[in-house]
Amino acid sequence: MPSPTEPGSAAEAKAKPARGGKKLPTGSEWTFEALERYERAIDRTAKGFGLDTYPVQLEIITSEQMMDAYASAGMPTGYHHWSYGKHFIATEKRYKRGEMGLAYEIVINSNPCIAYLMEENTLTMQALVIAHAAYGHNSFFKGNHLFRQWTDATTIIDYLVFAKEYLADCERRHGVDAVEDVLDSCHALMNVGVDRYKRPQKLSLAKERARQSEREAYLQSQVNELWRTLPQRPAEPEPAEAERFPPEPEENLLYFIEKYAPLLEPWQREVVRIVRKIGQYFYPQRQTKVMNEGWACFWHYTLLNDLHDQRKLSDGFMIEFLQSHTNVVLQPPFTKPWYYGINPYAIGYGMMNELRRIAETPDDEDRAWFPDIAGRDWREVLDFAMRNFKDESFIAQYLSPRLMRELRMFAVTDDENESELLVSAIHDEDGYRHLRQALAEQYNLSNHDPDIQVWSVRTRGDRSLTLRHFMHRDRPLGDSADEMLRHVARLWGFDVFLESVNGAGEVTKQYSCCFEKRHGR
Amino acid sequence: MAYLIDRRIAGRHKSAVNRERFMRRFRGQIKEAVDRAIKRRSIKQIDSGEKVSIPARDISEPVFRQGHGGVWESVHPGNEEYRRGDRIPRPRSGAGGSGGGASNDGEGEDDFVFELSREEFLDYFFEDLALPNLVKTQLANTQDYKTTRAGYSVEGTPTNIHVVRSLRGAIGRRIALGSPLVAELRQLLEEKERLESEPVPDMLRIRELEEQIHALRSRIYRIPYLDPFDLRYRNRVRMPQPSARAVMFCLMDVSGSMDEAKKDIAKRFFTLLYLFLTRNYDTVEAVFIRHHTQAEEVDEETFFKSRETGGTVVSTALKLMQEIIARRYPVAEWNLYAAQASDGDNWHDDSPQCRHLLANEIVPLMQYYAYVEIAEAEPQNLWQEYERVAEQHKHRFAMQRIRGVEEIYPVFRELFKKTNAFAY
Repeated sequence: MPSPTEPGSAAEAKAKPARGGKKLPTGSEWTFEALERYERAIDRTAKGFGLDTYPVQLEIITSEQMMDAYASAGMPTGYHHWSYGKHFIATEKRYKRGEMGLAYEIVINSNPCIAYLMEENTLTMQALVIAHAAYGHNSFFKGNHLFRQWTDATTIIDYLVFAKEYLADCERRHGVDAVEDVLDSCHALMNVGVDRYKRPQKLSLAKERARQSEREAYLQSQVNELWRTLPQRPAEPEPAEAERFPPEPEENLLYFIEKYAPLLEPWQREVVRIVRKIGQYFYPQRQTKVMNEGWACFWHYTLLNDLHDQRKLSDGFMIEFLQSHTNVVLQPPFTKPWYYGINPYAIGYGMMNELRRIAETPDDEDRAWFPDIAGRDWREVLDFAMRNFKDESFIAQYLSPRLMRELRMFAVTDDENESELLVSAIHDEDGYRHLRQALAEQYNLSNHDPDIQVWSVRTRGDRSLTLRHFMHRDRPLGDSADEMLRHVARLWGFDVFLESVNGAGEVTKQYSCCFEKRHGR
Repeated sequence: MAYLIDRRIAGRHKSAVNRERFMRRFRGQIKEAVDRAIKRRSIKQIDSGEKVSIPARDISEPVFRQGHGGVWESVHPGNEEYRRGDRIPRPRSGAGGSGGGASNDGEGEDDFVFELSREEFLDYFFEDLALPNLVKTQLANTQDYKTTRAGYSVEGTPTNIHVVRSLRGAIGRRIALGSPLVAELRQLLEEKERLESEPVPDMLRIRELEEQIHALRSRIYRIPYLDPFDLRYRNRVRMPQPSARAVMFCLMDVSGSMDEAKKDIAKRFFTLLYLFLTRNYDTVEAVFIRHHTQAEEVDEETFFKSRETGGTVVSTALKLMQEIIARRYPVAEWNLYAAQASDGDNWHDDSPQCRHLLANEIVPLMQYYAYVEIAEAEPQNLWQEYERVAEQHKHRFAMQRIRGVEEIYPVFRELFKKTNAFAY
């Protein structure tokens, strides 16, 4: 084991070509022995750069297993649901027809960090995946504050096992259809079933099991308490604001349903909770797409280039690797037919590279824009950025004018009251700040997910539930709203209303769903 | 240090349950597609998978989304000529479509199409027919193979090494490689002996000879006793279970009274027999004979599609079948099966003749003769005559009056019972 030498600069590494000695295996076929040697070499290099990771667990899988993993959001186990079957069939069909290649890698935020290597990959691709997933993503999972705060990598697999067993048990007791109904509705509400501001308890298998039955009984008693007061004179107009419930609007619909839906049975509440917990676990991944991929791309590029500088990799390896790398981080301009919006890999990778450049060789512009980081140790700068941001704030903080120029970015405003689109900013001195803010906004999840909150419940009337949609820049709800309300009503068990409220606080549109008392479907 | 785990062996078909859940949910649509396929397909094509398409709206998983309208601002790369404040006409795609922004949520409205496997398709096909499970597995099974010896090969697994063959080869090789050397050795030995027996032995020459002899002996010695080249392995090949050929005669009344619904039932009836035969015979041929007052042999397409008018004379079909058997399917070489579907109408005087033909001439040649009468009304004279045939040939002749597809199976009960007895 060589001592962790001063890593990073290519010149230094070249000065000591003897380090590590032998070349790593070449050729396109991988073997277990070759994988181990690559893994060790990458591990050494990563440690040299100070990457802090969970232990790595590499798993070789077939393409079929990769499609399995696709269908179940990458998790190695999970409860059964028809939608997973649908995704599997769709993926399998497209893959078999050659319409799509499978992703080279899937990596799981767990401890140890599980990274899948597909058996079809060449040796070069496997090395790339190890560097990208098992070291890049892995260190991000371990370091980024959102993951640290909202997910517990050590227990997620156990929790999934618990969920799978619990749901299988529910199916035996209550029938597949009953469970499927609840799951359908919960899946629909997954995106509005996450906590954004308070810290949830960590998931733990032992705790879950031990406290589950206790919780069931307790929850039910609370619910009964809430609904005990039956309307004595139903005709009487409801006393207004005074007895408002909930006292504050609640943004986590699934949480609210789990705690307060009047008619759910204990097992149904637990199912709601399971979906909610799993949704919560995936939420940080949606918030850090750009950073996470940018970080992983930056590190696979840096690690493999460093190994090449140590003369451990052949030029053929590098050519194949660079070809894949450039495909991944390519950002086509908007004029091309294959343009599908901003490529998070491209922008993330570009920004990480910029951070290093600004730290190492800042120019006057950088000093003016980034006085805090210009000229600092680049590893500290990157580490700080990785730990303390999410996409939105990361872009707002670090998108550099130079990158905006390189990508020739511009912002377009589409106002439904105008007949034409307006170019609101371009990559020039006047536009940098506006552009940066606009792109950051684009990665603010409330730009994608409508802001819907539990507004009130008529506890003394017909028990109907009213939701409020707070419109973001006057954007209405999509046409799935009616169907969604049926899902809410199925869980709530009574009528559900939804009001869209614009920026001025006026209700612009109302939806309603009268719950039909039907048994079964 | 990382763990490296090979997961390829474990966990295959993990999605099987999810796939089954999916099919369970869309059972109605899949069933419809299968029914359509059964109508469309020819009897011989029943035995394969099917594409099923499910409308996109049924299969979508909704989430709360933002609709078009309001104010959207989006950032794009690759600016060429725009300056701040420029106005651009709205792209065709409509309201919110500022390039990439819209494509994220556009799931596309295409139907969801997927492929039913052959087993799944047959499951749906059998579902209506009320088949007992044993029969289902029997029909859904693919062909059995038997491994038989087929000589020897130079490659194989160590367990299959054939010792005698290998050693015999080794001897041959040793002789082939060694005998020229041995002959030379013998010559040298003789020469040496001769020299030694001379009064004044030429010691120089003898030493030379001894060296040569030594070299030769060690060369002979170095010929391996057993070389990988000698190894012979027992060769085994998978042979389809030996089974003979069968021909299936489909006889159907196409007179005016046989409507589409009845023909559809008849088609399932023929299909079931065909499936049964393909499981038991390598080659199955099908002959389609339709009849009203006259019989003719037709292809399958015409058989099910065309519709004639007029009366019915069943014996014409039986006679035609008899002729075809005599001309093309000698009983010694073919297993004969026949399935007849009719609504029971027959010209009154013809029925006794049918009985006579069947009982004395046709059924004795047959492995099995199945008759279904698709009718609501009281049985007529053809049915009564056939009942007498059935009494005479209990195990070869089966008949049933049916109203729906689920009643078809009893016709074949005897047939499947027989093969079960063979199978176990």
